[in-house]
Amino acid sequence: MTVSAAPAEAILEESGVRRRRRLRGSSDARAYGLGTITIIYLLWALVPVAITVLFSFNEGRSRSTWQGFSLRWYTWDPTGSVINDESIRTALTHTVTLAVIATIITVPLGVLFALALDRWRGRIPAGANFLALITFVIPEIALAIGLLFMVTYLATPFGLGTWAQVIGLVTFQLAYPIVICRARLLTIGTHYEEAARDLGASALGAVRRVILPMLFPAILVSAILVFADVLDDFVIVRYLSSDASTETTSMRIYQTARAAPTPALNAMATIILVVSTLVIVLGWLLYRRWSKRQGQASDLGSFAGTL
Amino acid sequence: MKDRSTRLLWPILGLPAIVWIVLFFLIPLYVVLCVAFGTVDPIFRSPIPIWNPLEWQFTQVGVVWDRLVGPDNFYLPAVLRTLLYVTIAVTACLLISFPVAYFTARYAGKYRGLVLALLIAPFWISYMMRMLAWINLLQPEGLVNTIITMGGLIPIDINWLSGNPFTVVMGLIYGYVPYMLLPLFAALDRISPSLIEAARDLGATGFDLFRRVILPMSVPGIVAGSLLIALPMMGDYFTSDMLSKSPNTAMIGNLINLSIVSPGQAGQAGALLILVLLVLLVPMVLYTRSNARAEVRS
Repeated sequence: MTVSAAPAEAILEESGVRRRRRLRGSSDARAYGLGTITIIYLLWALVPVAITVLFSFNEGRSRSTWQGFSLRWYTWDPTGSVINDESIRTALTHTVTLAVIATIITVPLGVLFALALDRWRGRIPAGANFLALITFVIPEIALAIGLLFMVTYLATPFGLGTWAQVIGLVTFQLAYPIVICRARLLTIGTHYEEAARDLGASALGAVRRVILPMLFPAILVSAILVFADVLDDFVIVRYLSSDASTETTSMRIYQTARAAPTPALNAMATIILVVSTLVIVLGWLLYRRWSKRQGQASDLGSFAGTL
Repeated sequence: MKDRSTRLLWPILGLPAIVWIVLFFLIPLYVVLCVAFGTVDPIFRSPIPIWNPLEWQFTQVGVVWDRLVGPDNFYLPAVLRTLLYVTIAVTACLLISFPVAYFTARYAGKYRGLVLALLIAPFWISYMMRMLAWINLLQPEGLVNTIITMGGLIPIDINWLSGNPFTVVMGLIYGYVPYMLLPLFAALDRISPSLIEAARDLGATGFDLFRRVILPMSVPGIVAGSLLIALPMMGDYFTSDMLSKSPNTAMIGNLINLSIVSPGQAGQAGALLILVLLVLLVPMVLYTRSNARAEVRS
């Protein structure tokens, strides 16, 4: 018995080991293959941008031949540098201004709406939610042209310019806080609020003192997203801009990129990149702190997942 | 008393956003309709919107329709080109992002955080800056040509930046692929490893596992990601403008933009936009539905 069982066991065991080893081997190969694709993708996605940043520090006028490191296009070129070229300066300040104003309006508007949608049932909220989701996927050019026509052909109290741009941006970005906060509200559920009500809180009090703090990470993520997305916006700000004073950095790139620009254009783009990176990193640190405090998932995956 | 104030609280919280959406989304779309179905001032060539739907005229829409499928159909090539470019770009984005998202979700291990951060990076690099990067690389004396000609040794002179469809499609892929990567990553990340192990234990290997377990489970992510990039591409004019600026690579977005910036053609721009939106209505509703379903699931 034992004699005959032993080889069988050994065979079984060996084949199991082999099978497992073979599996692990093929899965290793797959991991390496997929990893290689990922690395190639990341190089393709990021190296061109890195080169653009690099050439913003070029000593000469070329954007393709390296002529030595210098801050010429940031500071000391008498006419062309970011500091001395007024149109670049205007574009930078206007872009950041728009991002700040649009974020300040969009986020509260969207968060309140998400709170309302969470409890308010009926046709009106469902219809409004549908429209908000449509603004998320409708080609941006449709929103831009709609507002452009409204400002131009319908007698309105505001003309083209900063406020028209802000209104367009808020409309286009409104879906972010709505979608993100609704998803979070669904996972929070109703029992915290019910407990607060049972303990004597008013409905508004429960929202303000229980739900809103729990919602904070989601609010933060939507604010970061809106801010970064507005910095990047082109179609809306271009159609709703009035003159040179309401030009943004993306419009500036669009207009001059093909007309033999200097590395100052790279420098301007780099500055916007630094601004958005700072905001994202700051937001990520805050997000991690707040999520941890609430015992929620706080890794980059959940941060990216909510994006 | 308390109950009524509670019931009123939610509509009050929601009201500002609803007013905003009506004022700045619905009404503008209605104005587009009124301009598209309106007339044009014979002297100043400025559009005269008609506010009453009963009096709408179809001349502008007729003009656009003729240019699309009628005798002088010079809009048609751009429309077909857009469909072709978008199809190729979406397919390529899918082929690129699937392995990358799958690697990040399953195999990245201790590098997961780093890879994720790098995958998100293009989100906060402005689209125009990323196009600028390629203009710099692809200019006649740029880095790409220097490498291809081995520093001028081989006399190939490739003109990348005027009317080269390859460059425009590459630009679309480059610009939009991050927006497909993240939904796909989220979908693949949700597939529990124990499910894959169970499939393995039942004998599924390699391709079978992919075809019968992973692919079906990532369909929502694939659909969401594809719609998320295909819809904006249908209105994109700046990618083609930045990387080509030639009528040979014009897309629907370019037709709309050209009508907007040329005097007297605002009505035609509106009409063209409305035709595009009508076609996109189905995929847009599809996206909101898939979003609602995802909400229910979570």
